[in-house]
Amino acid sequence: MGAHLILRVVAKLLIPLIFIFGFYVHFHAKYAPGGAFQAGVILAAAVIVYGLIYGMDAARKAVPPWAARVGMALGAFIFAAVGFVSLIFGENFLDYDVLHPDVEHARGQYLGIILVEIGVLLTVTTVIIAIFYAFAGRSPEITEEEW
Amino acid sequence: MSDPILLPAALAAHAPALLVAVPLILSTVAAAQPSGRFAWALAFISAAVAFFCAIELFAATRGEYAIVSYAMGGWEPPFGIEFRIDGLNAALLLLLSATALVTLVFGFSTVEDEVDPDKRSLFYSAFMLCFSGLSGVAITGDAFNLFVFLEISSIGTYAIIAMGWSNDRRALTASFNYLVMGTIGATFFVIGIGFLYMATGTLNMADMAARIAELPGNRVVEVGFAFILVGIGLKAALFPLHLWLPNAYAFAPSFVTTFLAATATKVAFYVIIRFSFDVFAIDSGFVQNALTYVVTPLAIAGMIIASAQALFQADARRLLAYSSVAQVGYMLLGLGIATAAGVTAGALHLLNHALMKGALFMALGAFFYSYGVRRIDDLKGLGQAMPAVGGAFTIGALSLIGVPFTAGFISKFYLIQAALQNGWWWAVVAILAASVLAVFYCYRMLVALWVNPKPEPEHLPNGHVRKVPLTILVPLYVFALANLYFGINSEFMVDMARIAAEAAINGGVGR
Repeated sequence: MGAHLILRVVAKLLIPLIFIFGFYVHFHAKYAPGGAFQAGVILAAAVIVYGLIYGMDAARKAVPPWAARVGMALGAFIFAAVGFVSLIFGENFLDYDVLHPDVEHARGQYLGIILVEIGVLLTVTTVIIAIFYAFAGRSPEITEEEW
Repeated sequence: MSDPILLPAALAAHAPALLVAVPLILSTVAAAQPSGRFAWALAFISAAVAFFCAIELFAATRGEYAIVSYAMGGWEPPFGIEFRIDGLNAALLLLLSATALVTLVFGFSTVEDEVDPDKRSLFYSAFMLCFSGLSGVAITGDAFNLFVFLEISSIGTYAIIAMGWSNDRRALTASFNYLVMGTIGATFFVIGIGFLYMATGTLNMADMAARIAELPGNRVVEVGFAFILVGIGLKAALFPLHLWLPNAYAFAPSFVTTFLAATATKVAFYVIIRFSFDVFAIDSGFVQNALTYVVTPLAIAGMIIASAQALFQADARRLLAYSSVAQVGYMLLGLGIATAAGVTAGALHLLNHALMKGALFMALGAFFYSYGVRRIDDLKGLGQAMPAVGGAFTIGALSLIGVPFTAGFISKFYLIQAALQNGWWWAVVAILAASVLAVFYCYRMLVALWVNPKPEPEHLPNGHVRKVPLTILVPLYVFALANLYFGINSEFMVDMARIAAEAAINGGVGR
């Protein structure tokens, strides 16, 4: 616990708050500016801060690379699958009205967007993490001595 | 929609959405798991579903001005996004999905040969994105939605071209080059859409067409058309905006080159037809002027110059890529003639060119699979060593030249006829000159192939010769024999092209 003691302590305090703020931006987006894209980047930033300060191995333990890959695909899958649900109920693709019987107040549309946003959140978070892993995990192709 | 012929009625009613959405959703499944074989199976299923939907839509649009319209999300057009299929894009969708299906069989062995094991499932995932995006461009009736699908297909395309890097690192720069140029093209296109939206206040193409007709001589509309023509011209490899194409085709995996050569520029060409004849009316002077004084000279320059450049290539795939630029010139010349006969000839050449380039690039992929060769000099004697593949290559090359009884002859014949009807004798001279150049560059490859002794195994770069599996031979012969079949029995293709041209010129989205 020698070097960067202050950084480590502050990061430990901040990371949970960043997560909470990320979810706040996501779920409060109905009333205030925000949404899944911004929230996803904030959530990924928490993991990136963790990786920067505690090292790549610790970050990879917290969010394994395979989870990032599955998360990317799963988020997009949720997004598309919500559209397919309306096909199964016999309506046109992406017709969210089938999700809720209260068509007059467009509750189904509301529900559909919330489900889609969950998919977006998952994909954005994991894509940013995967980009971070891809760059940070690269070992230099030419060693320092060979320059 | 008329009675479904293939799918149950419940599915047939949603065929336009399924055609695009099934590849899209399966691409996410493919990306999530490690097995390349499983991803291949998913890609094959998605292409098969798309193919069935395309047949269904093709059958439903055979009547006079028959149109299938699908309201995305239940939002009625012109407010919501509309998928709209008429005789023009039904033919293109059929071509797209059939090509995807056949090339995927070809991809089964060649992708395992040319793409890294841990990248294969992502490769097929990106391929499905590209395929879904291309079908989306072809199917949508909403101008902005078209831009979105164009970007989806482009992103997939950049990724799969770059996957050629494990064989040749130049694939990375080729893909990056295409990325920069393609993005500029897409930006021009979206600026054009922005101008049109400003002038008309709508994004639905049919609605836009009706409103543009009410705005004769509007400068904003004309500028919008110019931006769209340049942006899509870049995607279609309209000379001199073709610079991304030769390297992208030369360094991508064989499977990707085959698929893109048969489909990607065709879809962009379709967009040009859609905008020139449907959204804008050809009888408004500036579209006619743009086609006659801009597109036609560039098309002819492309035919001659790109064919001449093809003569001097050392790499067989680069040679064919330059030839593709020249062939795009033929198609655009048909468009420049701007009569029903001209557009029929252009559309016919679009379909036939997909068949010949499909066969040629697959044959080159087979040579690479067995002997690991890409250069024309290294093709020496391979005709003796692999007569089946060499035969299919020869059929493709003859079709490319336009020898009678091949598909290439039919489309050139119709093109010359259309030019003569307009009294454009100089266009006929250009077509014949480009065909003579095609004879020379095909001759170079065919001589290397056949007029040399069988190569000695110790000269091989790979060390050993691999037997070409059936998964390569069968799709190769599907394309090669299609060239012969449609060269002799041309009614099906000609009718398809004629209905497409009529849908573009007379039917029109707005009329």
